[in-house]
Amino acid sequence: MDALIKPAIEHPVQELDTRTDTRDYLAHARSDAEKKGFADWLIVDIDAHHVESVSWAEITSYIEDPVVRHQAEMYQSERVGAPPYGLNGDLGLRYQDVGGRIPHQSSQREVVEEKDVHRDVVLTRRAMHGLAVDYMVIFPTPMLFLGMHPQTDMEVFLSRAYNRWLTERVLPGDPGMVTLVVLPFNTPDEALKMVEEFADVPNVIGFCVTSTRYKPVHSNEYMKLYRAIEESGKPIAFHAGYHWQDPSLATCNTFLGMHSLGFAWCNIVHMTNWILNGIPERFPKLKSMWVESGLSWVPFLMQRLDDQYLMRQSEAPLLRRMPSEYMSDNCFYSCQPMEQSNMKALECTFEMINAKDQLLFSSDWPHFDFDTPSVIYDLPFLDEQSKRNILGLNAAKLFNLNTNGPK
Amino acid sequence: MQSYRIGTVSEFEEGTKKVFNLGETEVGVFRLGEKFYAWNNICPHQGGPVCQGRLYPRVHENLDENKNSHGRLYDKTNINIVCPWHGLEFDVRTGKHPGNEEIALDPLPVQIEGGEIYVIVGE
Ligand code: FES
Repeated sequence: MDALIKPAIEHPVQELDTRTDTRDYLAHARSDAEKKGFADWLIVDIDAHHVESVSWAEITSYIEDPVVRHQAEMYQSERVGAPPYGLNGDLGLRYQDVGGRIPHQSSQREVVEEKDVHRDVVLTRRAMHGLAVDYMVIFPTPMLFLGMHPQTDMEVFLSRAYNRWLTERVLPGDPGMVTLVVLPFNTPDEALKMVEEFADVPNVIGFCVTSTRYKPVHSNEYMKLYRAIEESGKPIAFHAGYHWQDPSLATCNTFLGMHSLGFAWCNIVHMTNWILNGIPERFPKLKSMWVESGLSWVPFLMQRLDDQYLMRQSEAPLLRRMPSEYMSDNCFYSCQPMEQSNMKALECTFEMINAKDQLLFSSDWPHFDFDTPSVIYDLPFLDEQSKRNILGLNAAKLFNLNTNGPK
Repeated sequence: MQSYRIGTVSEFEEGTKKVFNLGETEVGVFRLGEKFYAWNNICPHQGGPVCQGRLYPRVHENLDENKNSHGRLYDKTNINIVCPWHGLEFDVRTGKHPGNEEIALDPLPVQIEGGEIYVIVGE
């Protein structure tokens, strides 16, 4: 037997932690991608994140208002023991790593030696390599909660500063990094100005509303904004989030419960108002994307709205089709976190949302519920063309991206 | 079928693990008490590097006889390996997810001979 015995080689990375290189963290995704030949596929990840608060001193230096900017500088340089200047913080963020079980969610303290580009470019490139992604849409993280900031001005100051910083300091570092400009949606005139300022900026492929907020999307004060976005030819995205202090979510004692509901709930409410108030009829060329709520909420809402609409058509007179038809024909969805515990239900969902044309792959890396491209590739009920569409070609069409990847 | 020498029993402290490359196969070897367990380092969830995660005791709800909850407790007699990608936990002894036993790790045979540990890979 001895002749047959080989020595074992210890794995060079024994345990993944907050200092692990992203490439080691995603080594299994990379080898999976190589086995599946993803090099020949266009893969567009329409929702990944960086942690902008790590660069907060840089970002706040872009605040336009001189007094607020000075306050931020003083705060950044002297104050300890409080969240970064201007951010409203969030209760749930401290639970996302499940008590240290999912280290990449906590922080990415890996060594970055490259000095020619911003640190976030290096981290994003590593993630793109690991996930075999050609284009990655970069979203912020703590800024997702700005829609609940009691000072609406702060959303304006910070989102403008962030957008300028991102497009000037970060995105030029890699042609595959693109973004959806963050809109200060609680202040519609300023959101409109943001569209005007950024519509033609390189690597800006659309606009983003962070969904956690109490503003009704059908309010007349948004019509100019929607018109401008429609005319830009770029989509508007509603990126989900949660607000644990929301009176109904406040009854949930676990992050598990609150997050399961919260990330769907905000988009359920906005989609309901979006459809019943006929926004797709008013702006037929305006493309909307519904990001990071998973998919199972969509069939639920389609059936619910269709059922009630037939009885109360007079309350939604702009509609000329069933609510579900607008939801499947006019709206795009990101897949993550894709619920997979019931394949039959998932297959039915794909049919109902017309996934082969309307679904977009998203990883949400580096968050705890991220997905790899294999969640789509491995689906038993999809043909190859549908997989290619969902993993990249639908996004290429929607965002007018090069189907051969970035130059 | 290929046998790999992992090391000696005395090299493994109680309650620890090591991850090895055995040819093309990544394997986590765990010691709990006097027993050794070997699991494929591929998570049944999305293929993540499950054995490169952290070890946590299983969590139980602390209910009294009236079914009132008094929070949660660690059960240090049941140790789980937690996949670092999304946090799925698996009992190191059985390889099973504590909430759904159908989701389980892929085992590899372990042999101890003369204080040496061997793991067998392949059919
Ligand atoms: S791959 Fe292991 S928890 Fe998801």
